[in-house]
Amino acid sequence: MLRFVVRRLLLLVPILLGLSLLLFAWVRALPGGPAQALLGERATPEAVARLNELYGFDRPVLEQYAAYMGRVLQGDLGVSTTTRRPVSEELARLFPATIELTVFALVIAVTLGIALGYVAARRHLTWVDSGAVLFSLIGVTIPVFVLGYILKYAFSVRLGWFPDSGRQDPRIFTDHPTGFYVLDGFLVGRPDVAWDAFLHLVLPAVALATIPLAIIARITRASVLDVVGEDYVRTADAKGLAASTVNRRHVLRNAMLPVVTIIGLQVGLLLAGAVLTETVFAFPGVGSFLVDAITNRDYAVVQGFILVIAVIVVVTNLLVDIAYGLIDPRIRAATMSASPSGGH
Amino acid sequence: MRSTTRRAVRATRLGAVGVAAALVLAACAGDSGTSTDDASGEAGGGEGGGEEVLVFGASADPVVIDGAYVSDGESLRVVRSIFEGLVTTEPGGTEIVPQLATEWEASDDGLEWTFQLREGVTFHDGEPFDAEAVCYNFDRWYNFSGIQQSGNVSYYWQTVMGGYAENEDESLPESLYASCEATGDLEATITLTRPSSTFLSALSLPAFSIASPAALEEYGADEIGGSAEEPQFTGTYGTEHPTGTGPFQFESWERGSQLVLSRNDDYWGDPAIVQTLVFRPIADGPARRQALESGGIDGYDLVDPADVQALEDAGYQILRRPAFNVGYIGFQQTTPPLDNPQIRQAIAHAIDRENIISTNYPEGSTVATQFMPESVFGYAEDVTTYDYDPERARQLIEESGVTDLTIDFWYPTEVSRPYMPDPTANFQLIAEDLEAVGFTVNPIGAPWNPDFLDAALSGGAPMYLLGWTGDFGDPDNFVGTFFQAESPEWGYDNPELRDLLNQAEAETDEDARAELYQEANRIIMDDLPGLPYASTEPALAFRPGVEGFVPSPVQNEDFAVVSVEPAE
Repeated sequence: MLRFVVRRLLLLVPILLGLSLLLFAWVRALPGGPAQALLGERATPEAVARLNELYGFDRPVLEQYAAYMGRVLQGDLGVSTTTRRPVSEELARLFPATIELTVFALVIAVTLGIALGYVAARRHLTWVDSGAVLFSLIGVTIPVFVLGYILKYAFSVRLGWFPDSGRQDPRIFTDHPTGFYVLDGFLVGRPDVAWDAFLHLVLPAVALATIPLAIIARITRASVLDVVGEDYVRTADAKGLAASTVNRRHVLRNAMLPVVTIIGLQVGLLLAGAVLTETVFAFPGVGSFLVDAITNRDYAVVQGFILVIAVIVVVTNLLVDIAYGLIDPRIRAATMSASPSGGH
Repeated sequence: MRSTTRRAVRATRLGAVGVAAALVLAACAGDSGTSTDDASGEAGGGEGGGEEVLVFGASADPVVIDGAYVSDGESLRVVRSIFEGLVTTEPGGTEIVPQLATEWEASDDGLEWTFQLREGVTFHDGEPFDAEAVCYNFDRWYNFSGIQQSGNVSYYWQTVMGGYAENEDESLPESLYASCEATGDLEATITLTRPSSTFLSALSLPAFSIASPAALEEYGADEIGGSAEEPQFTGTYGTEHPTGTGPFQFESWERGSQLVLSRNDDYWGDPAIVQTLVFRPIADGPARRQALESGGIDGYDLVDPADVQALEDAGYQILRRPAFNVGYIGFQQTTPPLDNPQIRQAIAHAIDRENIISTNYPEGSTVATQFMPESVFGYAEDVTTYDYDPERARQLIEESGVTDLTIDFWYPTEVSRPYMPDPTANFQLIAEDLEAVGFTVNPIGAPWNPDFLDAALSGGAPMYLLGWTGDFGDPDNFVGTFFQAESPEWGYDNPELRDLLNQAEAETDEDARAELYQEANRIIMDDLPGLPYASTEPALAFRPGVEGFVPSPVQNEDFAVVSVEPAE
């Protein structure tokens, strides 16, 4: 198991290096330069040249990349050209908001997704099943920003049940020791603040959760249907085991394998979706910050953001693989024996 | 407050039932019209009752709250509430009126400006405001060094003053500013290196607002760390301790979330009406509108033209900021047939500018007749105008004897500017008009930055769509920007005009200056280096119950005079 983990960790190095190089080249291929974006449309060529020199944008891309990676390895992601503060600090400041949002969305997606998929499979070919299939179809198709506006319009503008944007009522003033507002509300002894922060999370989290929820529901449904048709389930049923025992021991456990994989993949999707969701709901996390950064051609921020997200996604996938290995020992064995000789 | 919370409790329970249930509810909600009224306006948490809070939706977070370092509108807006300058602009206009200086006088040679300062003013930290403080601030800016001299750090100082005490880059010009002397307790004399009357108008910019010297020093306003390559603000002055004399003082700032100011109860003038002023950054236009509709904010700037009618119909107040921009068609005079004045005139007569405005522009936009908006002094009522007259255009073409009427016409793609919401749509109408009188138009659409801007500004585009939004209320900022120096953009240089503009800049008598600029505008519109066609009025929206906001063309708006009635 340890060797398996170490090997997967080593594999991260070339993946992240390759990714960072691609990213670096791509960001620089965007039209227009940061200097013009900063100085405005009527900037003199001298001013643009001066700024390019200042930030090193005029040097060869590979040279810039080498310098950049040298600093990244020391934890220095550069300085944002718009806020003029270290990118690492900005990301650290904003990540709690995004994490709070994605975790909330993930909880909604996983619990409701598995429940919906399971119920649909167990009521196979009833209206419940058809309803679930239709719902997941809509859920996968509807873009986050469309759904976000619909949710806001219905539940905020029309009904007034939830706040439309932000993380907290602008008329409430409190400290935020951790940056996780719901938690902070309790920490500063203000349950009402925690409640307010929670209310602010509901609509964006629902919007963000919809696509993963639908995917998880579909996979769960298909997987449960597969498992239910297996011989061992029929055997268990035939042995006269209680239905609940069969469901728990045989059906769910086996059906969860592909679902766990999918949940791992959803983390990347959720973080990507957070960019749009945060924009729609003016939710001050890394996503809104990235959108601003792209508009302002704030290279350091765009690179730093995607690099951090990439690390999160790759590490999550690693964790999923490990979890997978724990659930099903055959996976571990297969990976271990497969490689040195070059496979089957 | 209480009833809102209860409603919210119920809402969340329902929400927890799941998305499926929520969607069903949304469908139901659409049918029940009654639930709308009681919810509108207070969903964001309601009004505290007596605690007047004004929440304003901004399009972005400020960069830093130090006028000397910023040029973006959102930073300037906050700076203007906390700080004051020697002079300011009249509410809703661009005329210069007293602020921290009560009166001023320029010496006959235009080099020495003596300001009488307001008595009994204190900074938010309790320090007295006096001539020493004024000179401290000017000397601070003048002595900027290293990264502070970068054009994107001290943009307005460079725009107005040119250079610094010791220019570290040889391409920087000599500074317009020479020195400041406290000639009395409440009298400061500023000496310039050459006469300039732009100077006085420019002093109304937030870049020249007077800060408490004690706070500037204590909180490291001049500490810009990092390297020359990567400047970063390391002092806490501009992020936690901005200290001025304005009607509001800094309270707290959660980046990306909200910036809170509170009323300065020791303000020398009429104190602010609201107790608390909150700026909330909401980058997305539709999200700003929904924040207003749901009561999350009381008003916002940069209303999408498409939303204006709907908001007005729903009972919101729409205020218009007087036009402070001009969209124009540029002619590159080194390229035939645009080198021929009759051809340029023919083009001007061929284009139906009224039609462009009514088709492609939001309500409140007007046809521009010259290279500056009407709200700026120096605007001339009697410039040569070119009415839509295709017959006259054909006649001019015939008289000119020019036979090759092919023109490369550049327009930017995928960009929207205040003075041209949709450049492609403008191009199409203009091209049609030109072809109707016999021109052959070669369309060249290019990405705004860098392709289009490079081509237009370097003279590579024979005919192109561009424009300009003013920085401050001075004609020099419009016609001076365009024509005072020979620029490759136009391929046009009229020595008489250049002399006139130089003379106007040096003139310190405001009336005489206005006349000089009027004369300049007349010359420009006779020579026709380009055809101005549009000025737009950006809109702001407020909920009912918010009163007193006066939009300013230069975005110099006073939140202290705004009152808020609790949303019902």
